[in-house]
Amino acid sequence: MPDARTALYDWHVARQARMVPFAGYAMPVQYAGVVEEHRAVRTHAGLFDISHMARLSFGGTNATAFLDHVFTNSVAGMKLDQVRYGLLLNDAGFVLDDVLVYRWPYGYSMVVNASNRGKIVAWLTAQAAAFDVRLGDETDATAMLAVQGPAAVGLTAGMFDLDATTLKNYYATPTFYCRNGCVVSRTGYTGEDGLEIIVPNELAASLAEELVARGAKPCGLGSRDTLRLEAAMPLYGHELTEAIDPLTAGLGWAVKLDKGDFVGRDALKAMTRTRTRVGLELDGKRAAREGCAILAGGEIVGAVTSGSYGPFVEKSIAMATVPVALAAPGTPLTVDIRGTPTPARVVSLPFYRRPKPSETSP
Amino acid sequence: MSATVNLDELKYATSHEWAAQGGDIVTVGITQYAVDQLTDVTHLQLPKVGTHVTAGVPFGEIESVKAVFDLNAPVSGVVVEVNAPLASEPSPINEDCYGRGWLIRVQLAPGAGTEHLADKAKYDEQLAHDAH
Repeated sequence: MPDARTALYDWHVARQARMVPFAGYAMPVQYAGVVEEHRAVRTHAGLFDISHMARLSFGGTNATAFLDHVFTNSVAGMKLDQVRYGLLLNDAGFVLDDVLVYRWPYGYSMVVNASNRGKIVAWLTAQAAAFDVRLGDETDATAMLAVQGPAAVGLTAGMFDLDATTLKNYYATPTFYCRNGCVVSRTGYTGEDGLEIIVPNELAASLAEELVARGAKPCGLGSRDTLRLEAAMPLYGHELTEAIDPLTAGLGWAVKLDKGDFVGRDALKAMTRTRTRVGLELDGKRAAREGCAILAGGEIVGAVTSGSYGPFVEKSIAMATVPVALAAPGTPLTVDIRGTPTPARVVSLPFYRRPKPSETSP
Repeated sequence: MSATVNLDELKYATSHEWAAQGGDIVTVGITQYAVDQLTDVTHLQLPKVGTHVTAGVPFGEIESVKAVFDLNAPVSGVVVEVNAPLASEPSPINEDCYGRGWLIRVQLAPGAGTEHLADKAKYDEQLAHDAH
């Protein structure tokens, strides 16, 4: 089957993006280059096509109870327009996906990893049998763009009926773009301030064009990956899989064991955590790639889940899970990079934290 | 790009290394196509002077943010010179891969040559083919 195309496919090709297959879609991996795009997001603003992410909707009288049954974070406790990160777990307490849930006056939305769309829609449909809930999939009808960076929110001034600067972090609101309904949320996957915007497919190209004209640099999946790595955000298939629980993955803050029952809760409560996710800083500029063995005292104690040269922190960085006893910052470890034992040490995450906005900035 | 060599006089390996022969010394680098694929070179692993290299066999590696690639020796012989400053500052590879971004110089082994490598026309043909 040929790769699916987002509404921005022609736009990417016209801008000479290098297109690669990703989760069943033809997606841009880079335009000008990963390092240049990465730095643009850290210092100004970048634009990402994230239309491949699955967008689901939930209605019905039991939607709140249903989502609290499948989601590790609290849904009943969410305010109107609030966005919450959390996990979907299987009965054994392992991670099926990490998702965002949005609360609307009329129901909920959920943004799901592209690579998990089929699996999650099938799982949610099965889970929904016992609830009065309507599940919809809006992915194909809409596009989703992210504009990220210290200048990102400001450069959208006047574009939407909403003034995005008034939007709180991890809040979203339905608004209008060119007199068409859209959703703007103050969320992202780069470690920077920014917005994620859901628009009808027909408006995707004009929205992208306008954001670029206002100073956002087109960015591909390559810099999206290095940005999220510096910000220590997990990526499904790497830090998160069906072989890891959310506490080991360092996501205990998104799991509310005391909110009432949810799928996987009993299994999680019964687990003893022996390993945890850590950050590693390596000597030299050589990057540790996924799968590189991590050694302590000559014994293999884990493997790298994500690793790269960090274009902004300018260091070779990696994430991995290691035994709890080896997780303290400063612990020396060795990473086997294609046969070369490379000294590394545990560092606290994230590798990069954005500067706090000054009181006077607009 | 300020090429300090005539591209028509170079020989090319299918794995995108170029070779410039002067007597029994061959200068080795990577082609513009390879640079375009890599985009951002972040790290380079080169052999020491005196290392024996074999045509078609990796002599080092070149790394970008996204991936790492082997550098394959286009010819067989002994490394007589290494562009050592690249290890700390690889940007000349991006800026001038046929000039300041050269990688190693190899003294050809007795009987070794460059006849097995492609000329410019043949290499261009390969690139055109790869693009489809």
